[in-house]
Amino acid sequence: MSDPVEFLGELIGWHDPDENRQWVRENKPRQMIDKRTTVSAAVREYVKPGSLLAIGGFGHIRIPMALIYEIIRQQVRDLTMIGKTAVHDIDLLIGGGCVSRVEVAYAFGHELRGLSACGRRAVESGRVQVTGEISNAGYQWRFLAAAMGVPFMPVRTMLGTETLTHSSARVIDDPWSGKPLCLLPACYPDVTLFHVHRCDKYGNAQIDGILVEDFELARASRRLIITTEKLVDHEEIERQPWRTAIPFYLPDAVIEVPFGAHPTEMPTQYYFDEEHIAHWMEVSKTDAGTRAYLDEYVFGVPDFEAYLEKIGGQERRKQLERLMDLRPKAEGGTA
Amino acid sequence: MNESPRYRLTELLACVAASLLEDGSSAFVGTGFPIVAAMLAQRTHAPGLLIIFEAGGIGPQVPALPISVGDSRTYWRASAASSMHDVMSASQAGYVDYGFLGGAAMDRYGNVNTTVIGDWHHPRSRLPGSGGGCDVGSLVWRTIYLMRKQSTRTFVDQLDFLTTPGYLSGPGARERAGLPSGSGPYRVITQLGMYGFDEQTRRMKLLSLHPGVTVEQVQEASQFEIPVADALTVSPEPSDEQLRILRQIDPQGMVIGK
Repeated sequence: MSDPVEFLGELIGWHDPDENRQWVRENKPRQMIDKRTTVSAAVREYVKPGSLLAIGGFGHIRIPMALIYEIIRQQVRDLTMIGKTAVHDIDLLIGGGCVSRVEVAYAFGHELRGLSACGRRAVESGRVQVTGEISNAGYQWRFLAAAMGVPFMPVRTMLGTETLTHSSARVIDDPWSGKPLCLLPACYPDVTLFHVHRCDKYGNAQIDGILVEDFELARASRRLIITTEKLVDHEEIERQPWRTAIPFYLPDAVIEVPFGAHPTEMPTQYYFDEEHIAHWMEVSKTDAGTRAYLDEYVFGVPDFEAYLEKIGGQERRKQLERLMDLRPKAEGGTA
Repeated sequence: MNESPRYRLTELLACVAASLLEDGSSAFVGTGFPIVAAMLAQRTHAPGLLIIFEAGGIGPQVPALPISVGDSRTYWRASAASSMHDVMSASQAGYVDYGFLGGAAMDRYGNVNTTVIGDWHHPRSRLPGSGGGCDVGSLVWRTIYLMRKQSTRTFVDQLDFLTTPGYLSGPGARERAGLPSGSGPYRVITQLGMYGFDEQTRRMKLLSLHPGVTVEQVQEASQFEIPVADALTVSPEPSDEQLRILRQIDPQGMVIGK
């Protein structure tokens, strides 16, 4: 039998499944519509003050940086962030003053590179509030429940821990085995941002490499903005439809942004820009340094194209492409 | 400990950790040190070690040290580049033998804190949180921890926050909480020695000392009392071959040089 437990985490992103079905019925067209737009228009339309925001990819991998810089440039405020291995993205958004709250599976760290000065300073000073804890699997199973249109997902992780008691989960006894079971509430982000390898104008998106939790997250989110390395013809999608991770009826906006993950990694295309990431980690140790970085790379440039010129443009891209390619020379690689 | 000039302490720890991973077993591997140890095992005694990364890399021949557990290097020449749902479900379903994690602070039952130092509402220091750690510690059969800084600050009586489950409050507690039966912490490797968990009490006990370390040093670097196994051993020193491979895996010393 499960022990009675007090749960401290705030429930965020949950909807009654019937309410969400109705929302989907009214807001998600089933026709193939041309969804091409611009980065600034997509952010203005879908990322509202107070939105619950999720970002696809993982840590420093496949992060839609053009959209993140634009949210900072437009100074969208009071966002609640899904901290699902949210690392570089959340750090910049906190530094830009856009974030009030975060639910944390993994945040405020840059994995091997060290801890995040900017995000930690904001939490430790109370500027950003942590609404609750969860685990990485916990988050993606919250998205799975939402994607399936069910109110919760039963799982066996987190039981017995304070990660559980500081989450919005509940514990019940399994009616069949009698064993205690963790129920994770469905999570529907208001808006999710993705950067993908190829996408057509309707929003059929293909991702190379690991999907991480993007399959579930794309289906859980109410609004979806996609930036893509390459905008392709629908015929190219039709040739290999089994590669489509996100079908057209999910995305709301599509924008072609080559090199759009810089300084994070785009699997098979370009590697992390470690120098740039290290620079951010160094200057973000102070509020003044954070502000100077944003002045230079976000407010000081009109758009992402100008940013790319600033960080070295095509030449820098070629260097990062060479770092990605681990094939030996004999196999046509550069290693 | 007395560090021999032939090898670094970190290299010794990587070798001790790698020796725990048997050929033909599967291991869920975390960022940093655990990756180095798993790569070493794969390149020495365990070529058939199935390495799994939480973001979806399954069975890679890891070519160079990945910076992230989602880095494209985690599925280089792999069997599958899959998803977190897939690999976490595989752990929950019983396919993963070992989980390989780092940790900030641990208690005598192998419970771990990676969330906050101080009060959760007003943390003195905010740490990254569970990540996949709580899932690995909940769902794999045997969890191995690598903690390079054992001290009275990291081996503590009372954790500030219980992020990842060890044996919780003692014998039977994991099963009572609903965690998978027969799972739990297996080994803890620190700069001083290697520890296991007593079958009856589920408390940590000392299994082996690293060369030059004494039982007294182990006890001084812990708030809780650490019983000593009857068959206390000394950890074997790295071979020249192991050292050569380790320096190949991490030529810049990103992990080993720390």
